[in-house]
Amino acid sequence: MSQLTLYGLAAAALFALGLYGLLAYAHLLRKILAVNVMGNAVFLFLVALGRTDPQQTNPVPHAMVLTGIVITVSATAFALALARRLHREVGAVDLDAQSRRGEALDSTQTEESGKS
Amino acid sequence: MTATLFDALLALLLVWLGWRTVVSTNLFNAVVLFVIFGLLMVLCWARLGAPDVALAEAAIGAGLTAALLLEAYRDLTGNDPHHVHDVEDSPLRWPLAALCGLLFLGLVATGWQLAPPTELGETVHARVAESGVENPVTAVLLNFRGYDTLLEVAVLMLALLGVWATNGPHATLGSRQTLDPDSALIDAMVRLLVPMAALVCSYLLWAGAHAPGGAFQAGAVLAGAGVLLHLAERLQPLGTASTSSRALVTVGLFVFVAVACYPLVYGGRLLAYPDGQTKALIFLVEAALTVSIAHSLTLMFSGGRAFQRGRR
Repeated sequence: MSQLTLYGLAAAALFALGLYGLLAYAHLLRKILAVNVMGNAVFLFLVALGRTDPQQTNPVPHAMVLTGIVITVSATAFALALARRLHREVGAVDLDAQSRRGEALDSTQTEESGKS
Repeated sequence: MTATLFDALLALLLVWLGWRTVVSTNLFNAVVLFVIFGLLMVLCWARLGAPDVALAEAAIGAGLTAALLLEAYRDLTGNDPHHVHDVEDSPLRWPLAALCGLLFLGLVATGWQLAPPTELGETVHARVAESGVENPVTAVLLNFRGYDTLLEVAVLMLALLGVWATNGPHATLGSRQTLDPDSALIDAMVRLLVPMAALVCSYLLWAGAHAPGGAFQAGAVLAGAGVLLHLAERLQPLGTASTSSRALVTVGLFVFVAVACYPLVYGGRLLAYPDGQTKALIFLVEAALTVSIAHSLTLMFSGGRAFQRGRR
């Protein structure tokens, strides 16, 4: 099997795994990890596709992936800052708990307005 | 044969680590597995003939991302490394798994039909002599596709502004107490590693013109030194941005924009370097970018807006 086949298959599997992690898990840190796995899968596919000839490499995907790596770390840092803020504001690190808390707040507010 | 076996093993390991990162019930394990995943990606880039990407991945993907994730893990879980279980309890998990399996098959089928792009790479190799630098990746990043890099630096700055805005004015800074900054070991490590990192940073910056390296790798290595200084309390993060800190964050973007607009003065095109000065201008831009990238990444890690000399 060629390198493209091997790493292309790995990239497709990693992308699907990352998407599953992003959708099926509630914890925000897990979601951020999953998105990072998906990103790495895309990078892997780009570079593997650019390597058709072992003697001469294609520098265009390399430059794109380099840019992508820096963007990924920026986005990850921003996402982690958002998760921290959510943790500080509502004490939860998953979106479900936050929405549950939101519903609880809504219902208490409705009750209060009903009383008055 | 041996090479193919190695590639197959590496690809399998990557998929296994990615899978464990996603499904491991203990989140701390998931973070550590992801860091190992990043390290194996470095090997993978080396195997695929992408040394520039391997360097960036080692410094940013495996190094700084690991520090960011571990730091966030501690903040989000209250420093309790063994009691965070995160199990998928969604009733939709089987349909989701099936959907993602279908996506995998679809990706394989689509990827199989994609013709590898070669024309652009050949053009770059044919015209790299005109770019002012000998390393084709640097030529693409700072000359042929300078636009991408310019916007990338802007995105990095925006992300830092986002982190600042999200932290708000009440960010808790500088309360670590996870390691003893006075221990002889930390002191010796800082004294040895920080000058080494500065040396490696300058080498990568200078080498970027003709060999693997460049502003991003150099900036990330310098940011690693900054993170170490911050953890060892040699650098104290501050909650308010000083003028010098703002200047360090923006100098890369400003220098790049100035160099990009300079040809407009005499009727040239945006980002077209003037003849004869290409190499010097690219180096100037790369040096400014290195400073900005290193400072921005270190600030993102610490959550602060500026640094002052620490107590030690």
